[in-house]
Amino acid sequence: MKKSKFAIIGVSLKKDWQLYSLLILPIIYLLIFKYGPMIGNVIAFRRFMPGGNIYGEEWVGLHYFKMFINDPTFWNVFTNTLLIGGLTLLFCFPMPIIFALLLNEVKGKKFKKFVQTASYLPHFLSIVIVAGMILQLTAVNGSINNIVEFFTGEKINFIQQAEWFRTIYITSEIWQGMGWGAILYLAALTTIDDSLYEAAKIDGANRWKQTLHITIPGILPTIITLLILNIGSFMAVGFEKILLLYNPLNYETSDVISTYLYRVGLESSNFSYATAIGLFESLIGLVLVLSANGISRKLTERSLW
Amino acid sequence: MKESVQYKIFKVFNAFILLVIVFCTLYPFLNVIAQSFSSEAFINAGQVSLLPKGFNIETYKTVTQDKMFWINYKNTVVYTVVGTAISMFLTIIFAYALSKRRLAGRRFFTVFAVFTMFFNGGLIPNYVLINSIGFDNTMWAIVIPGAISIYNMLIMKSFFENMPEELEEAASIDGLNTYGILLRIVLPLSKAVVATMILFYAVGHWNSWFPAFLYLDQKELFPVTIYLRNLIAGVTGGQSAGATSADNLTQISANIKSVTMVLTILPILTIYPFVQKYFVSGVMLGSVK
Repeated sequence: MKKSKFAIIGVSLKKDWQLYSLLILPIIYLLIFKYGPMIGNVIAFRRFMPGGNIYGEEWVGLHYFKMFINDPTFWNVFTNTLLIGGLTLLFCFPMPIIFALLLNEVKGKKFKKFVQTASYLPHFLSIVIVAGMILQLTAVNGSINNIVEFFTGEKINFIQQAEWFRTIYITSEIWQGMGWGAILYLAALTTIDDSLYEAAKIDGANRWKQTLHITIPGILPTIITLLILNIGSFMAVGFEKILLLYNPLNYETSDVISTYLYRVGLESSNFSYATAIGLFESLIGLVLVLSANGISRKLTERSLW
Repeated sequence: MKESVQYKIFKVFNAFILLVIVFCTLYPFLNVIAQSFSSEAFINAGQVSLLPKGFNIETYKTVTQDKMFWINYKNTVVYTVVGTAISMFLTIIFAYALSKRRLAGRRFFTVFAVFTMFFNGGLIPNYVLINSIGFDNTMWAIVIPGAISIYNMLIMKSFFENMPEELEEAASIDGLNTYGILLRIVLPLSKAVVATMILFYAVGHWNSWFPAFLYLDQKELFPVTIYLRNLIAGVTGGQSAGATSADNLTQISANIKSVTMVLTILPILTIYPFVQKYFVSGVMLGSVK
């Protein structure tokens, strides 16, 4: 049977060589720039010397993994990552849903459009600008402190106080993502059959009951799909944003696995150790997305694949 | 059926909440603009919120007279144009090939691509790779490694899949080969999705800073985002990397930072009202799958 399979490929190659030729560059791209670094992860198990072989010099087994298991800073940043990831999921995930539901109750087309247009805007900014705005707003002489001072008479140096970092981070994530995140839910809302609402009205359901029994179940598939994706990126907390916002004074709460990895790897040139940390982080991410998908398939018969 | 009193109250309340949200969303923008036109003294006194105080445009003159600012600004434009062109080329040919059901091995290639969405090599292996192939301190480190967004490719693929096959069959009977069909039949019919993808990629390149931060250490090659990042982090001189330690924060005036921010967002703010509907349709397109 194998022969005939090859024969089929042979025939289609001959007939459609032009189509296959289109695949060459993208596949080479993926091999070099996506799969290459995946293989590059072997330096987590090998000793790497800058300037030497890019796949390391000698096998050292789990040496670097043992290193982070015994590294107290690692556990601190691990906890921070879980906390920030968890808080993001808890606060940033429901916001677009609530926003979409509120927006859905607006009947005036122009007003709706205005609110939407404004809410997408932050999504299109460079993270560098976002960081700049955050620093400006939370500065001692910034706008937020004007309000704080009005109520308490004192100013807070937000960015230099570790206990404020999570609040700043989560709030700014909501600011940036809420409007844009609502698009998919708004799209899902338009697909809900109007006759369902009519029927509910006749049965005497008020607007709140309709939302509870028709609207929310209607967008549930979208919610689940996005939840799986969010759980998958649980560990990948906003690396770039934290890198731009953190400073030694707030490391206690702001330092996460990826920023620690960045310092260990690129500032202290401990490439193998940093790769081990990174590999550990991506494996957790992969396991999370696979399990979330599996659980969702079992419970709701919905899954990404 | 009449609306209940509660629902009427809710609607007023709802409109109010949405207006508050809009205000909070726009406030940081308005604040940056106001500060960019204000004098440093008023900013430091914390008196600038929505309107400029001590109106001045001197800072705009100072920033726009800095040669490095314009060199970096030009770099951003170049990286955006070149990067978007490369991204579009690769995405289109990849999506088109994968959209053809007759392509043997189609499933394998799709999974091969999609897998990279869920697992990646990580920071250090990428860094080692880019340096070892000599991309450091060249434009290629910025525009090539992230060239294909698999998500965009999938949106495009499903768009191509929904195109009527008869069109292409007719074209091939008329003697067009695969390349001809893609160029002359499929692409002209895909203007909407192509435009959306160009926008997605262009905004991505325009906003990108991290690859430049990692791989470039010559000031002349920096995109404007790095210029801005260094201002914000208080980095002066030729340093590119380095921690944003607390003691060298806020050395550069808030005024200069604001002006640079305004100038950097300006292109996006200018085209945003005209193109945002395409973005929305692009995301919708993706959600169909």
